[in-house]
Amino acid sequence: MPDYVPTIGLEIHVQLATATKMFCGCALSFGDPANVHCCPTCLGLPGALPVTNAQAIEYAIAIGLALGCEIAPVSQFHRKNYFYPDNPKAYQISQYDVPIAAHGRLGDVRIHRAHVEEDAAKLIHAGAGSGRIHDARRSIVDFNRAGTPLVEIVTEPDVHSPEQAREWLTLLRETIRALGVSDVDMSQGSLRCDANVSVAPTGATALGTKTELKNMNSFAFLERGVRAEIARQIARLEAGETITQETLHYDVATGELRSLRSKEEAHDYRYFPEPDLPLLRVSADQVAAVRAALPELPADKALRLSATYGLAPERAHELAFNGPLGTFFEAAVAAADGVDPVAIANWLPALIERVGSDIDPAATPVTPAAFAALVGLVGTKTISRDAGRTVLDRLVSDGGEPAAIVAAEGLGAIAAADGELDAVVAAAIAADPDAAAKVAAGNAKAMGPLVGYVMRETRGRADGAEVGRLIRAQLGL
Amino acid sequence: MSDTILELSAAAAAAAIAAGDLDPAELFACYRERAAADPLNAFLWVAPPGPPAGLTEPTAGEAATPLAPVPLAVKDLFCTQGVPSQSASKILEGYRPPYSATVVARLGLPLLGKTNQDEFAMGSSNENSAFGPVANPWDRGRVPGGSSGGSAAAVAGGLAPWALGTDTGGSIRQPAAFCGIVGLKPTYGAVSRYGMIAFASSLDQAGPLTRDVTDAALLFSQMVGADPRDATCVAFPDRIGRPTATDLAGVRLGIPSDLLEAVDGLDPAVKANFDATVALAGSLGAEIVEVSLPHAEHALSAYYIIAPAEASANLARFDGVRYGLRLGGEQDLLSMYTRTRGEGFGPEVKRRIMLGTYALASGYYDAYYGTAQKVRTRISEDFTAAFGQVDLIVTPTAPTVAFGLGAVADPLAMYLNDFYTVPMSLAGIPAISIPSGLCDGLPVGFQLAGPAFSEARLLEAAHALEQAIGFDGAPARAGGTA
Repeated sequence: MPDYVPTIGLEIHVQLATATKMFCGCALSFGDPANVHCCPTCLGLPGALPVTNAQAIEYAIAIGLALGCEIAPVSQFHRKNYFYPDNPKAYQISQYDVPIAAHGRLGDVRIHRAHVEEDAAKLIHAGAGSGRIHDARRSIVDFNRAGTPLVEIVTEPDVHSPEQAREWLTLLRETIRALGVSDVDMSQGSLRCDANVSVAPTGATALGTKTELKNMNSFAFLERGVRAEIARQIARLEAGETITQETLHYDVATGELRSLRSKEEAHDYRYFPEPDLPLLRVSADQVAAVRAALPELPADKALRLSATYGLAPERAHELAFNGPLGTFFEAAVAAADGVDPVAIANWLPALIERVGSDIDPAATPVTPAAFAALVGLVGTKTISRDAGRTVLDRLVSDGGEPAAIVAAEGLGAIAAADGELDAVVAAAIAADPDAAAKVAAGNAKAMGPLVGYVMRETRGRADGAEVGRLIRAQLGL
Repeated sequence: MSDTILELSAAAAAAAIAAGDLDPAELFACYRERAAADPLNAFLWVAPPGPPAGLTEPTAGEAATPLAPVPLAVKDLFCTQGVPSQSASKILEGYRPPYSATVVARLGLPLLGKTNQDEFAMGSSNENSAFGPVANPWDRGRVPGGSSGGSAAAVAGGLAPWALGTDTGGSIRQPAAFCGIVGLKPTYGAVSRYGMIAFASSLDQAGPLTRDVTDAALLFSQMVGADPRDATCVAFPDRIGRPTATDLAGVRLGIPSDLLEAVDGLDPAVKANFDATVALAGSLGAEIVEVSLPHAEHALSAYYIIAPAEASANLARFDGVRYGLRLGGEQDLLSMYTRTRGEGFGPEVKRRIMLGTYALASGYYDAYYGTAQKVRTRISEDFTAAFGQVDLIVTPTAPTVAFGLGAVADPLAMYLNDFYTVPMSLAGIPAISIPSGLCDGLPVGFQLAGPAFSEARLLEAAHALEQAIGFDGAPARAGGTA
């Protein structure tokens, strides 16, 4: 059995978070009653005309630049013709041979092109339990979404595994999120991904026949869908069968791949230049202005965090790809002189654990300065790690200053020198002579109950390493 | 009184209203009554008795028109809020849009009625209307031309003081010629297309159909200007005033001999009228210069690719989903589409949708649409070169006078009506047709075309010629009454 190399290209639709729609003045909306944000233009009424949304173009340029693309000084809108009730003009205004952005790269994947277009309306299939079209009794159309600005991003076929597809899509999402031009939420449909998948025997020069997987609406489904399709294609080739070029729907419930249409059934979209819109001209000044306003992008931020603060690459990546967390981290570092940034970063998971991974820590009672101070107290052994966790609990629930919490609750570490700890250790040995004997006999595991006794008695204020040292000393080891 | 009112041009009526000599309500009532008694089938909807509805009130932000309220007939394809706007198609029968076209709102004139036309502006005889043909007031057995046939017949027949039409390949100029009135097709981009039910978006332009050049200038002057709702519409560079020229001294008139000789169907009587009009222009001081438009004879071929291609997309929205006719909706989606469109569109519209769909099909695009666009560019370049030598170019508006209803059955023969008007449409330049006399009792049109945004000059030259020709349209106005 030969090995196979999968080749994957992605097509991503990003809904832009502009104030108004792509070609009319209607507000963008989510969750409003049906058909309240529509006008002659986005309903495709007779005689209505499109006018290009300048903010959408600016956002598209920002995406193009963030993806390392060249921005076309002159591009063009085309009409993509097809009949469907969610397509009110029976053509979608899109871009065809000259997109606004092309020839870029993000991470290890080259960008073929990125273009601007308008979204379709939303179809609701009613009168059936499933909400799917095949058993619906009637379909109704909500035009609120019709005309929402989209940027479609098409990659080169540079992805070679389901995991890489998922990771790269995460990079793309965080990059666009950093730009602030889209909600990029797959569950809400503001980020949608199709995948073109083929496999070829290792060493083959030509790519295999590709299939297109439509609309996988989560990162996990993308990975699973692509994995299932790769397995299906390999199984067919191993059985001596061929791959049919077709469009497939991945059913997340059953894991099955169902054919939507074959190549023969593919639409002829009869693209031609949109006569209602002049050529789309973007000046060098405009590109320069958008470029100057670009925020730091996640990939760059990870490199900088790693280089500046000495963070491990994984930790730097984690902070760079979670914008609010990264911002909180840098604020904490800035607020505290002399506290080790690596220690601050290492304490962040404890904070996330307490507030939840989808909460901006800046929105909690924990100030970056208090957080840094807490890490500093642990670092100087003013308090133990256990006491540090207790202080963090107080910060998360009530806010405040760590030093004040330590003083008020008597959480300060018990210093070895003041004799208090010696007495507690002696009591621990006396209370569990069995364990003491085992430790004395060289069984390090037996140390646990003794240390546990001390920690209970001191309410976690003792330093674990110091306790161990004292136990060994008192046992004459 | 009504006979006196009837003989006032729109500009004269406006002046009389402004001077307090004419009651606008009486003017409206007089024309409304004539339009309601329409013997020509020129109107598809006529305003109800009483004062005109406020539907052409300027919308917020629009400056109120300086025009005195002289009633306006409007081609059916302009959207008029709350009033049927059907583009003379069964697929839009009874459709009342929720908004008015920019040009209608901007003019703010009392709406007299909506005029008949070829369905979706596709035709040169008005015989393609889903609501029946229009009669020519000069001879009711003949067509008024098309597609703005209802507007032309209404103005010529004295049923309206003036009218709005649209011109895609000749749809203002040719009916103006057939009906003995003035029709101006403006520069592409001079007048907003917002609210015009589209035929071919890169060619469609709204323009005036009027009794004389002065009325055309007056109406046109209030139609122009940029529109934030139409990205192809720009600010007009000049102010259009009342034309005053009575001679053509210093005007170089170009005669495109190659184009004139390229068509077999040029009626000798029309040719003789054209030659006489050119001679008259010479006597008014014009310098007559022969020019060449080597690619213009291919204009019709290019036009019948480009216009149907755009139409095939523009008319795809009539699918039964949101408005207009719906048939087969209780079955499946495909049945709804095929029955709605199959029964809603007339044969000429279907022919052009099919032509356009074919021309845009993958694999044929370059051979048809791509080539047609190249021809269009060449034609534009021909005009640019010619306007290096002359100020205006003149041709007959149409190769013949108005023909009999049903007399031209072959679509290709019908398309030849636009032989002289389509080149200017493809080039996007302004052109005006004025009546230049009668042949066998039927009007002949004379077309003048100028460079983009030269309407002021075009109207002055047309005015000078009009004064010298002294055409009398009164017989048609008499024939326009029941």
